[in-house]
Amino acid sequence: MAGKTLYDKLWDDHVVHDFGDGSALIYIDRHLIHEVTSPQAFEGLKLAGRKPWRLSANLAVPDHNVPTVNREIIEDPISKLQLDTLDSNCKETGITKFDMFDPRQGIVHVMGPEQGASLPGMTIVCGDSHTSTNGALGAFAFGIGTSEVEHALATQTLVLKKAKNMLVRVNGALGKGVTAKDIVLAIIGEIGTAGGTGHTIEFAGDAIEALSMEGRMTICNMSIEAGARVGLVAVDQTTIDYVKGRPYSPIDENWDKAVEYWSSLKSDVDAHFDKVVEIDAATIEPQVTWGTSPEMVVSVTSTVPNPADIQDVVKREGMEKALKYMGLPAGQAISDITLDKVFIGSCTNSRIEDLREAAEVVKGKKIASNISLAMVVPGSGLVKQQAEEEGLDKLFLDAGFEWRDPGCSMCLGMNPDRLSEGERCASTSNRNFEGRQGQGGRTHLVSPAMAAAAAIAGHFVDVRQS
Amino acid sequence: MIAFKTYTGIVAPLDRPNIDTDAIIPKQFLKSIKRTGFGLNLFDDWRYLDSADLVDAKKPRKLNPDFILNQSPYDKATILLARENFGCGSSREHAVWALIDFGFKAVIAPSFADIFYSNSFKNGFLPVKLDEKEIDKLFDEVDVNLGYQVEVNLLQQTVSSDSGDVFKFEIEKNLKERLVKGLDDIGLTLQMSEEIRAYEQARSNSAPWLFS
Ligand code: SF4
Repeated sequence: MAGKTLYDKLWDDHVVHDFGDGSALIYIDRHLIHEVTSPQAFEGLKLAGRKPWRLSANLAVPDHNVPTVNREIIEDPISKLQLDTLDSNCKETGITKFDMFDPRQGIVHVMGPEQGASLPGMTIVCGDSHTSTNGALGAFAFGIGTSEVEHALATQTLVLKKAKNMLVRVNGALGKGVTAKDIVLAIIGEIGTAGGTGHTIEFAGDAIEALSMEGRMTICNMSIEAGARVGLVAVDQTTIDYVKGRPYSPIDENWDKAVEYWSSLKSDVDAHFDKVVEIDAATIEPQVTWGTSPEMVVSVTSTVPNPADIQDVVKREGMEKALKYMGLPAGQAISDITLDKVFIGSCTNSRIEDLREAAEVVKGKKIASNISLAMVVPGSGLVKQQAEEEGLDKLFLDAGFEWRDPGCSMCLGMNPDRLSEGERCASTSNRNFEGRQGQGGRTHLVSPAMAAAAAIAGHFVDVRQS
Repeated sequence: MIAFKTYTGIVAPLDRPNIDTDAIIPKQFLKSIKRTGFGLNLFDDWRYLDSADLVDAKKPRKLNPDFILNQSPYDKATILLARENFGCGSSREHAVWALIDFGFKAVIAPSFADIFYSNSFKNGFLPVKLDEKEIDKLFDEVDVNLGYQVEVNLLQQTVSSDSGDVFKFEIEKNLKERLVKGLDDIGLTLQMSEEIRAYEQARSNSAPWLFS
């Protein structure tokens, strides 16, 4: 019999009841909650007269709606209502919540690992698709809808269908100036936004092993953009070193027990994968998206592709629509695309290493005159503190960036940070859909270093040359 | 939950791949704390020429006459026809609520994003997977027949068209049963409370740090 994949192991360890048809009742170890997708779940719970099954499994934090300046006054009454509703729901049920003024507050997917609330081997859910971020720890972590939030609250389980196994192996070493973000964009460019649908993707290979935990989080974060609900990286020493000493991490004998268990969380050598994709790290260049789907991506040295070269009618029309929306002519050099705004933040790229990478590029320089707004939004209050201790805020401020308080911010513009009609933005976030950062706004997804270099030049540049 | 057995209605064609949940219901409408009322803002960016927020939700809007759901009889459509990877992107269940609130009962496409697919079943909304070729055929027929209707029969797992075509679709047994009977997922799971407690007991012995 073939060995087990990491996903198989995580699945098997959480089966409460096997329905025998490929689906099972799966136990949930950790449930993270934010203000946008939970109100209707709490309402449903209350209407049915139900209570959370296990309080200590839940942890809540507001992130999507919080202002990144002056949070004392929330001008939008509807945002305020949503934030207040999370407050009252947590108070009524007794669920722990970090409020807006707590330094531990931040984007839910940044906060979880940072607190050690997300641990290897756990099943972790949250009403947000980028919960996949936590898979970097070797955890079975995925986004759920609001009905499932209610189900997880009420029963500490979910009925799930087991996905297939997919392996993406990134072999060799990355070139200088190429980052985790470029790896994941290149993977999505290769397999497409539906490439991982129905699968759990395990990322492996020398290039993945060489990444820090934060880099691995960036990759697992965007597995959802590759169509996979779950992204995974095997547990190794990097994982264990990262987890050690965090507030919610185990200590003493529990720590030793946990480490022993975690060390088994890797795919067996003879495990079977339904799909395998191999990528040579050395061929990956800094990536820039040119369209309205993350798979519409090319390297910075390249040009905007021409729909006329595409045979498939549906695909060609999709490209034409995207170019029209993006206001780009086919054949234009990526480095000739000029920008209006630059956003460094989001659950993909707002951790301390991301900020260090970007700060290194802007150090001693000024943003270009055509950039009307360049902003840095740290992923959590603790990331912000750390960056300030290292003096990164000064480097950004001196260069002309705004230095904000943590939250989702312009990743989706639910708070006041957003693009106006026709504005073009270099963004370190994960979605370039039409209107994602503001109606009519145009988003190009890039790494933090590439976004920083673009802010300085006013247009895209190859960060390896800047 | 509302049960779904069989339904006949007008088909609205939306000839695009990768329709994401941001397009189905833009983020400015996610601030509601209710499950209803999202239909007004379904496909908001495509449906209207001006923009709006929840705050000014009641102001009169400028309809985009080119958008299919603004054209008669598609404004009364109850079945949506789309291309591959429908519902990709954010996990927002609001996308399903918006489709239902507008009046849709089912969506037919060659493939769906996983989270959207599972959210649909929690709300009595049926995502139907047909082959690319069958989808092409439906698009062709809708194109030349104003007010084209199909019958979606979940019991038989078929889509039958006005023109006599019958397309069979696959669906998992468990999901089908829950939808046909309109069962409450949480109630069903709570019948297994004993098993959940037994799992917790065993797991807290082998992995105590998960329960501290
Ligand atoms: S940063 Fe963006 S992608 Fe991440 S949770 Fe917030 S809104 Fe979602």
